[in-house]
Amino acid sequence: MEVGRLPISASQRGKLISAGYTTLASLSSLSPSDLARDLKIPESEALEILKVASHDCRLDQPDKSNGIFTGAQTAWEMLHEEQSFPRITTSCADLDNILGGGINCKEVTEIGGVPGIGKTQLGIQLAVNVQIPVDFGGLGGKAVYIDTEGSFMVERALQIAEASVVDMSHYNELLRKELRTCQVEIQPTDILKNIFYFRICSYTEQIALINHLDKFILEHNDVKIVIIDSVTFHFRQDFEDLALRTRLLGGMALKLMNLANKYNLAVVIFNQVTTKHKEGSFQLSLALGDSWSHCCTNRVILYWNGDERNAHIDKSPSLKSASAPFSVTRKGIRNTASNHKRIKLM
Amino acid sequence: MANKLINQMGLPKSIANVFAARNITTAKEALSLTEFELMEVLDVSLADVTSAIARISEITCPPYQTALTLMEQRVQKEHMGGHLPTRLKGLDNALCGGIPFGVLTELVGPAGIGKTQLCLKLALLASLPTAYGGLGGRVIYIDVESKFSSKRMIEMGSKSFPDVFHTKGMAQEMAGRILVLQPASLSEFTKSLQQLKISLLQNQVKLLIIDSMAALISGEYGQGPARQHLLGWHISSIKSLAEFSRIPVVVTNQVRSQTRDEACQYSFQGQSREKAVEDHTGYDSHLVAALGIHWAHAVTIRLVLDSKSGKRFIKLAKSPISPPLAFPFNITSSGISLLNDDGIELTGPEINSIHCQGHSDIINFDGERFQ
Repeated sequence: MEVGRLPISASQRGKLISAGYTTLASLSSLSPSDLARDLKIPESEALEILKVASHDCRLDQPDKSNGIFTGAQTAWEMLHEEQSFPRITTSCADLDNILGGGINCKEVTEIGGVPGIGKTQLGIQLAVNVQIPVDFGGLGGKAVYIDTEGSFMVERALQIAEASVVDMSHYNELLRKELRTCQVEIQPTDILKNIFYFRICSYTEQIALINHLDKFILEHNDVKIVIIDSVTFHFRQDFEDLALRTRLLGGMALKLMNLANKYNLAVVIFNQVTTKHKEGSFQLSLALGDSWSHCCTNRVILYWNGDERNAHIDKSPSLKSASAPFSVTRKGIRNTASNHKRIKLM
Repeated sequence: MANKLINQMGLPKSIANVFAARNITTAKEALSLTEFELMEVLDVSLADVTSAIARISEITCPPYQTALTLMEQRVQKEHMGGHLPTRLKGLDNALCGGIPFGVLTELVGPAGIGKTQLCLKLALLASLPTAYGGLGGRVIYIDVESKFSSKRMIEMGSKSFPDVFHTKGMAQEMAGRILVLQPASLSEFTKSLQQLKISLLQNQVKLLIIDSMAALISGEYGQGPARQHLLGWHISSIKSLAEFSRIPVVVTNQVRSQTRDEACQYSFQGQSREKAVEDHTGYDSHLVAALGIHWAHAVTIRLVLDSKSGKRFIKLAKSPISPPLAFPFNITSSGISLLNDDGIELTGPEINSIHCQGHSDIINFDGERFQ
C-alpha cells in the first residue's frame, strides 16, 4: 500500500484508498480535476495530494545527474569534507590528541562523568574556544549554551575567556615576531557576548528549544557549537512512562544530528552517570539507558584514574579507543602538569 | 512555560481549533507526540503539523541571553555581585566572594564536624544589616533534626560582631529575622516548600538553609526507585526555587559507610584497578555522602567537612569556579574560623573523600543509626 506512506492526512488517505488509488503509479497520470471529482474534494486539495505523491515518486527513482541517489555523497567527497573542517580544541593537547584534533564539527559528541569531574568546565571551555579567530587556527564562531541544571557560572566563563585571550597574545608573540599585523583584538567581554545562553526548566522546554534551534541558527548563522549541559537532568526526574522518554530522547537526538549536518556545527551533549548492576557487580555507566547510547556519534567518559582526571573514548566510528589525562586549572581545561613539562622540554 | 495554552499562541484559527477538538491544550501535550502521531490524531497534512510545531516550539522555548548581559545583570542588580560572604577569607577568595546566589551549595561531613555551626554562621551573616556587610534580609532555616540553637547563634554573633550586638535591640531584631521551621515529616516539608515559593520574594528572604536534606529523605523512605523518584522531584523544586528567587540555598548532607560492592568504576576500567580499590577500602575513606550520585549531580558547590589526624578541614570538593582547595579550620566561640587562608591544593579524588580520624566516637554513633 504505497499511499499509506504518503505524508497526507488520515481522511485524505482514507478517501484515496476507498476510491481505489493504492499505488503511486495510479496517481502519476492523473490530473487534479479528475482526482477532485473521484474523491469529492476541492481541486486545490487534490493538487496538494498530487504534489506530495510526485515528490515521493521522484525520491524513489534514480537520479542520473548525481550518482545513484539524490542527496548521496561518495566516500571520497566525504573524506575531503572531513579534512576541510577545523576542529574545536579543548585547550588540553593530550585530549585533543585522542580526539583527533578536537571536537569535530558535523558530529554529536556525548561527554559523561561523575559529579565534580569537570563536565561544566569543559562545556564553558568549548564555548570560549569555538570563538578563537580563524587566524589563530580556530573557527571564529559563536556558541549556544543550553543550561538545564543552572550550573553555568558566568564568573567562571569570564575567567576562562580572560585566560584564553592571554594565551592567544602569547601565541602571537611567539610565532609572529616579524609579523606584527595580526594583533589580538578580541576582548574577554566580546567572548561572553557571543555565548547565547538558554536556561531550560522542563523537558518540554528542552524539546521546544531543540525544535526552535533550526530557526535560531538560521538567524545567527555563525553559531558553530551547541552545548547541552546536561541532556539528562529533566529527563531523569519527571517520567513515569519510560517508553515515552525513549521516544522523545530519540527524536531529540535525531534533530540534533540533522542540525549538526545542516549547519556544519558541533553538538556536545553532557550526560550524568548512574550505577548499573552488571555481571554480578555494580558499575558506573552513563544515564538514560541503552537505547540512548546509540544516539550519539562519539561518546567520551571522564573519570578519575588515581589522582588524575582522565578522558576515555568509549565509542567512536573513527577514533581508536584511548585515554588521556587532563586537568582543570584556574585558566580552564589544560594538560596535566607533568605532561606539560614534558612537552616544554621537547 | 511548558503548560502554555496552545489556543493563545497565535496559530491559524483552523489548526488551533483542531488541537482544541482533540483535547491537546498545552505545549507539553503537543510536544510529547511525534509529527506523524500528530498528523494521525489531528487529521491534517504534514506541512500544517510542521508549521504548527515550529510555532509552538518558538513560543514555548525561553528567550536567550548572552553571557555578557547575564554578567552585567548580576553585577548591577545584586548586592556583592551575587554572593553571600562567609567571612572566611580563604574560602571567600576561592569562591569569588562567597556562597553564590541562585544555586545549591551543599555541606557534607560526619556528625559533629561543624556543619550546623557553619549553617548558624551563614544565617547570622545573611540577617546582618547591609551596613555591616550582611544581606539584611530574612533567613528561612529548615531544621529537620532539631539542632538549631538560638543561644549558640547569639553567642557567635556577639563574639564576632560585638559592636552590632551590643547596640540595644539589635540582637532581638536580627534573631527575629531568622524563621526556624521544624517539619515533622517529609510531606509537611513539601507543603511548606510550596508555600515558600510564593512568599520568598515578598518577604525579603535572602537565604534558605535545609539542615539536613539526608535526614529528611532517609527518615521516611528506604532505598530503591520510590526514593529516587521522590528525590528527583525535590531536587528540581529546590533548584528552581533557588534560581528564580536568586537566593543562596545551603543544604547539608550526612555521611554513611560505603558498602562493599559500591560502584566506583566504569566497565572499561577493568581488572587493573581492582587492586587499588581493595587498598582503599582498608584505608579510612569508607565514608560516602548519604545521598547518592543523583543528588551529587544536582548540587553546584559541594563543601566537604572532615577531619584527618586530629585536624579539621573544609574542602571545596565540587565547584565550577575554584581549584580543589582544603582549608584547616577549628570551631571557637565565635564560630568556624580558618587556621590559614591559603589552603592546600589537593589533587585527585582525595578532595571528595570524607575522613573521620579523631572523631571515631561520634561517627560510630552516627553509623549505627544509619544501619
